[in-house]
Amino acid sequence: MRWLAIKDLQVLRRSPLLVAMLVLYPIIISVLIGLALSKGPDKPKVAFLNEVPAGAAKVSLGGEQIDTSKYASELFKSVTPIRVKSRAEAIEKVKSGEALGALIVPADIVQRLQGTASLAGARSPQVEVLYNVEDPVKAAYVKSVVDARLADANQALSEKLTTTAASYLKILLDGGSFDVGGSSVDVLGLRTTKAILDATLTQFPPGSPDRDALERVSRFSKVAVDNLDLSGPILKSIANPIEVRQTIVNGKRTPLSSYAVAVSVTLSLMFVAVLLGAGLLAAEREEHTFARLVRGLVGRTGLTVEKIGLSALFGLVVTALMVTGVGLFVDVDFGRAPQWLAGLAGGALAFAAMGVAIGALTREVRAASLLAVLLALPVAFLALVPSGAVAPALYDVIRTVSALFPFKPTLTALQAGFDGAGSLGPPLLHLAALLVGYGVLARVALRRFG
Amino acid sequence: MTTAPATDSGTVIGGQGLTKRFGDRVALRDVSFAAAPGEVLAIIGPNGAGKTTLLSLLAGIRAPDEGTLLGDPTKLGWVPQQAAVYGKLSVAENLRLFARLEGAKDAGAVVDRMLDQTGLRERAGDELGTLSGGNRQRVNIAVGLLADPPGLLLDEPSASLDPRQRERLWEFIAGLARGGTTVVFSTHDVAEADRYADRLLVLADGELLYTGPPQDILSDHAPGVPGSDAPHDFEGAFVRFLHAKGH
Repeated sequence: MRWLAIKDLQVLRRSPLLVAMLVLYPIIISVLIGLALSKGPDKPKVAFLNEVPAGAAKVSLGGEQIDTSKYASELFKSVTPIRVKSRAEAIEKVKSGEALGALIVPADIVQRLQGTASLAGARSPQVEVLYNVEDPVKAAYVKSVVDARLADANQALSEKLTTTAASYLKILLDGGSFDVGGSSVDVLGLRTTKAILDATLTQFPPGSPDRDALERVSRFSKVAVDNLDLSGPILKSIANPIEVRQTIVNGKRTPLSSYAVAVSVTLSLMFVAVLLGAGLLAAEREEHTFARLVRGLVGRTGLTVEKIGLSALFGLVVTALMVTGVGLFVDVDFGRAPQWLAGLAGGALAFAAMGVAIGALTREVRAASLLAVLLALPVAFLALVPSGAVAPALYDVIRTVSALFPFKPTLTALQAGFDGAGSLGPPLLHLAALLVGYGVLARVALRRFG
Repeated sequence: MTTAPATDSGTVIGGQGLTKRFGDRVALRDVSFAAAPGEVLAIIGPNGAGKTTLLSLLAGIRAPDEGTLLGDPTKLGWVPQQAAVYGKLSVAENLRLFARLEGAKDAGAVVDRMLDQTGLRERAGDELGTLSGGNRQRVNIAVGLLADPPGLLLDEPSASLDPRQRERLWEFIAGLARGGTTVVFSTHDVAEADRYADRLLVLADGELLYTGPPQDILSDHAPGVPGSDAPHDFEGAFVRFLHAKGH
């Protein structure tokens, strides 16, 4: 078996064009798919829960009544809302994949907005966004859509709050009264204070107190200091009146760049290992050497193992180098190399077994290569379909079909390997099962191979 | 697969009651024969007679549904009709690879011997893909002989060779037989069988019609009066033989 593997490497060394195509083609496909991944669906489905009671959606800002529900309407221009009745239902929609995310507007948002606007020291109004980060592409897209709409809402509210804050600053400068905690406070104003102090100071020699005037100045100072203490939260609320609380519903957060690397590497691994596995085995028949080999030189099982092993090794080396190269441009955690190498190895073996099975079933190189490509591309695209992009029943079918091929578990294993997004064990077990399954299929197909 | 020791009867290649079916079709029916050391035996017959099937059973590539093989098929050298060698490897690399797979202790020495024996030393470094059909066939045969087998099975060995290459091939095979190697080959060229084989196996529709020397068919089915000056027309005699047997 060792000599056969060496022979295959010699043959590959003497086929530079084939090897170049085998390496370059998947990389080009990966780049193209990476570009496609950078754009999300036009109108993603987002579960929407509005807990604000009907008729209580208006807030008074600077003497103007603002209907907060109109901001939800703005959001709906960018998403297809799925209205839900409870937080649990929203979570279920996201978990099942029916919705790419969920937006929850809590019942107290109007009160908090009012408190922020009146500078009553209330907590910032907050909306909650739920993401399913199993697929970072769709998570990033939903987040960007929600963030963009909230930015619009925040900008509009900021204008109102700025106007309010400006009126308070005018009172502090010129004097007047404003409401704090339900009681009216009379403010002297900095300009008047200065005038009084100037007048008082001219009437009394240095060190002679004028108690009444000084008490008024003292009260003003206290109020002024108290209100200046509020300037921090006021400015903060002006910058970002509504806060977003992000909740991850399913899986851990994976950076989009790592996800793109995982997708690219999985694609490359698939093409290299599948095409090589299919071609190497089918070539034994085309060279008429299969019958000679299995007459006692190499068993059919040994031949299957050799082709799977060599194709997997080649795929592993190519993609490990690819990750190293990509690491020059994108953050790749090389401290986690054992984890992502384990994912690569598992995927390489399963893809190679799939390729060898294709080679054994088709029995000739051209048919094997064609079938490998015809199978590989749809399998990859199926595995990349976001859960909310199609009907739930169809997504279940897609998920089942994807589970029969190594692309999805390899992608999951690599995500876990790169960022610790999820456990590495289950996808590796899945890949091991596929390795055995395709290995057995290849071995059975070899019975009618010669 | 059932096999029986070949040494008891001096048989190197043979079978007893060999039958092979492909679905409902019987490709080979109850074929028995035995080839002795140094004997050259030709399997001839019309298309679909079962020649390649019989060779594949003898080579151990397929298992008979019924019957017994005499001897261990994996000990025999096997030369398929199409050169079963790697086009991207050189002559020496092909020989070295198969010598190692055969478990040769000194693969280099075996390769040297085969290069000399087949007259391919000057082409040792050439890729198989660049060689002529005749030279590829020589390498093909050389691979079959790497383990120095007691018997050699050849499937249509002279197909696609020009007359001069054929001549060299049969000289080479005759040399092997003189050295004690049993040779069983199939061919469509009945004149070639008549010329180079000690004995014929005539198959038709999977049945063994005849086993014996070519001269018997010629003498029994030659045109004209036996002993006359009629030309040596083995092909014509063979056709008349088949007609006489209902094929």
